[in-house]
Amino acid sequence: SLPRLLIVYPWTQRFFDNFGNLSSPTAIIGNPKVRAHGKKVLTSFGDAIKNLDSIKGTYSKLSELHCEKLHVDPENFRLLGDILVIVLASHFGRDFTPACQFAWQKLVGVVAHALARKYH
Amino acid sequence: MVLHANDKSNVKAVFAKIGGHAEEYGAETLERMFAAYPQTKTYFPHFDLAKGSAQVKGHGKKVAAALVEAANHIDDIAGALSKLSDLHAQKLRVDPVNFKLLGQCFLVVVASHNPSLLTPEVHASLDKFLCAVGTVLTAKYR
Repeated sequence: SLPRLLIVYPWTQRFFDNFGNLSSPTAIIGNPKVRAHGKKVLTSFGDAIKNLDSIKGTYSKLSELHCEKLHVDPENFRLLGDILVIVLASHFGRDFTPACQFAWQKLVGVVAHALARKYH
Repeated sequence: MVLHANDKSNVKAVFAKIGGHAEEYGAETLERMFAAYPQTKTYFPHFDLAKGSAQVKGHGKKVAAALVEAANHIDDIAGALSKLSDLHAQKLRVDPVNFKLLGQCFLVVVASHNPSLLTPEVHASLDKFLCAVGTVLTAKYR
């Protein structure tokens, strides 16, 4: 999802100046820092899923981090969430039913909201 | 948002691959949109929105035809969709945010039926195209 975000919405690359070569889709997809960060982000989604009743709590510190240190516009969380849904659709095909998409669009929305919650 | 030469050829390639399935994709896009974004149903109080609805299928066909038309006239989407643009401005007045939701669902449909087709680059081009269509349809709103 992360390489796809950086390719589909290139302005999101602004947060990854120190990631090295982002000059082309091939470079982005092959970039080890991008892959590592993508893994971190998805692992964090996994944590949310394990703690569906306390997503705000799960993301509290990450929210502060994204605001105070990383200075990421929360709109980017929504963009990443939409990309993740599309990646899931391409992996699961017909099994990614409308009901499934509904649940996941809600989840990515809740995660984006939780990440933006501590912004000030 | 400008559609470059590679975007245009990516979009045309997608629609060529979709071919005769466009109507089916249109219907599924609407079905997904009503399911994932229930607020979009407010524009269709006069429709039966149950699964398999003939009205949804019929409307999906119309939506797909418009996207195909835009893709076939990709150098002048505004011209190709001018009447639809008038319709949306004067009569339908669908809030602009909803075009992004429809676009998301269309991408999901394409992805779920053709995983290998929607590479990141093609995804980017198709997303830009859908944005352009939404922009044209809301251009005359005010």
